[in-house]
Amino acid sequence: MGTAVTHAPAMEDLTEDSEPRHGPVNSAGSAALKRRGRRENLAGYLFMSPWIAGFLLLTAGPMAASLYFAFTDYNLFDAPRWIGLDNFSEMFADPRWRHSVRVTLWYVVVGTPIKLILALGVALLLAQKRRGQAFYRAAFYAPSLIGASVSIAIVWKAIFSDDAAVDRAQRFLGFDAGGWAGDPDMIIYSLVALTVWQFGAPMVIFLAGLKQVPRELYEAADVDGAGKLRQFWNITLPMISPVLFFNVLLETIHSFQIFSSAYIVGGGAGGNACGPADGSMVYTCYLYVQGFENSRMGLASAMAWMLLIAVALVTAVLFWSQKRWVHYEEDAR
Amino acid sequence: MSSPGLSTPIDRGTPPAARPAGGGALRRRLPGSLAWHLGALALLAVILYPVLWVVGGSFKRSEDIVGSLDLFPGDPITDNYTRLTEGIADVPVSTFFMNSLFLAGGSVVGILLSCSLTAYAFAKIRFAGRNLLFTLMIGTLLLPYHVLLIPQYVLFRNMEMINTYTPLLIGKYLATEAFFVFLMVQFMRNLPRELDEAARLDGCGHFRIYWSIVLPLSRPALITSAIFTFINAWNDFMGPLIYLNEPDKYTVSLGLKMFVDQDAVADYGGMIAMSLVALLPVLAFFLAFQRYLIDGMATSGLKG
Repeated sequence: MGTAVTHAPAMEDLTEDSEPRHGPVNSAGSAALKRRGRRENLAGYLFMSPWIAGFLLLTAGPMAASLYFAFTDYNLFDAPRWIGLDNFSEMFADPRWRHSVRVTLWYVVVGTPIKLILALGVALLLAQKRRGQAFYRAAFYAPSLIGASVSIAIVWKAIFSDDAAVDRAQRFLGFDAGGWAGDPDMIIYSLVALTVWQFGAPMVIFLAGLKQVPRELYEAADVDGAGKLRQFWNITLPMISPVLFFNVLLETIHSFQIFSSAYIVGGGAGGNACGPADGSMVYTCYLYVQGFENSRMGLASAMAWMLLIAVALVTAVLFWSQKRWVHYEEDAR
Repeated sequence: MSSPGLSTPIDRGTPPAARPAGGGALRRRLPGSLAWHLGALALLAVILYPVLWVVGGSFKRSEDIVGSLDLFPGDPITDNYTRLTEGIADVPVSTFFMNSLFLAGGSVVGILLSCSLTAYAFAKIRFAGRNLLFTLMIGTLLLPYHVLLIPQYVLFRNMEMINTYTPLLIGKYLATEAFFVFLMVQFMRNLPRELDEAARLDGCGHFRIYWSIVLPLSRPALITSAIFTFINAWNDFMGPLIYLNEPDKYTVSLGLKMFVDQDAVADYGGMIAMSLVALLPVLAFFLAFQRYLIDGMATSGLKG
């Protein structure tokens, strides 16, 4: 599995390498070819049938329903009632909604870059051949597997509460700010710390990308007398830019959807769903509160569509910008 | 990939004046290596701290867990684990584990079957509309789950499936996890084409080729998908939170949430102990299969 090609986000190029597959049947007549084509279609759709059923029943259908609910007042018990854009105007006027947008954006804007820079930095260090490299790679990756669990969220809440490790550490450094988990302004940073803790997944992807950079490029740069920093800027970064793009895209999209950790780290005491004074009220937390605690299914659907639009915009901007900074090798593979 | 001009010794050799002699280079490299290992160890300590904290905490008295800075208690106690055997809200803790195990196992079976069928179609069958469907599939990879949350809930509620495992499992049997389809497509496309072409000439149909040739050869991708599926299902919180409402159906995640909601001090230690026990299956999978996980992760990034 390790033999990957740095052709990278080649998402829609299924055809290119499966084209010359006709070979063995070229002696058959065109009727036979047509029959074979029909058989292939039948087989294809048979194999695809679970996915197609899932797509219609669990993705496309629900999306259409959600779009409809977004324009209705719907509490699960009475039939949805069309109210036009009321959900949206209520949402935009709601200070709590605007607060949840701010909290989420702040979380994405602060957490994602720190996590990715750390991931890239550590990947660069681990790319050096040293003893224990494989061990460190595995150990650093482990948090990515458990970071989303309730267990770790519980641990996090404890470590970041008053008098616990983080509080003591900052007091030692001269700040007397109290634990972050109970502080409406600081709790979001404990969540940032939680996502940064999981830098291992993008790190592993960076490492795989770094392995693909041809050594000759560095040798040539050495001969030309380029320093390490120049080499990083002019060789490493362009060569791994497809991998960087992939990491930025996925991490950003994931960050927008943070839920469990905000809900657990912020929850508990006093029954508030998302943190003291809504401190960890990320977008999906508020969506959950409106939909499942207040039974405002229409409003929550409208909120979900705003999230979808935001994520789609970010994705579109990233794809648009990749022309400027993502370097694909023309003659790869 | 060899570029002849570069690998000649003349180009490689540095003028003696430009670099210190051999001994100097060695002396210079040693601190570098030392710094590397110290840095790696420091980072490792930070990374491991929360895990060690929960191990140590599970043997502390409830009131000492948060306040005491000692990672491991001087007088370890096992009361917290005894507390676990009493269960919570009249449900034995083992019930949560059996429920989680059932869901995670059921998810693995579903993902392996449905995603590999879909991936085979994308990778090995030329059918009309394949590229369009592939684009749609990739699109669902980027779709925020929350858009589907409410309509799916309404759907399953109307079908009277709330408080059953069906809503949590059905998607796994209908290949809705695009990530795994994608992983398997990439793997199957790289299998030597000669094998299935030879089988076709021998008159094998697609199902035979899928079952007897492609599936066995795709084992690494299947194992990676299985482990990721298990871990994701085991960690899942939002799904069970929404669909399950009777404690005896709860998963480990929800059982833990019940601990969080209790205010009793005695339960705090039990909660920490259960947090650790809940992590153990994931950590065990990680230790046993870390190669597959890391390679799978790396491949997804490079090709995706």
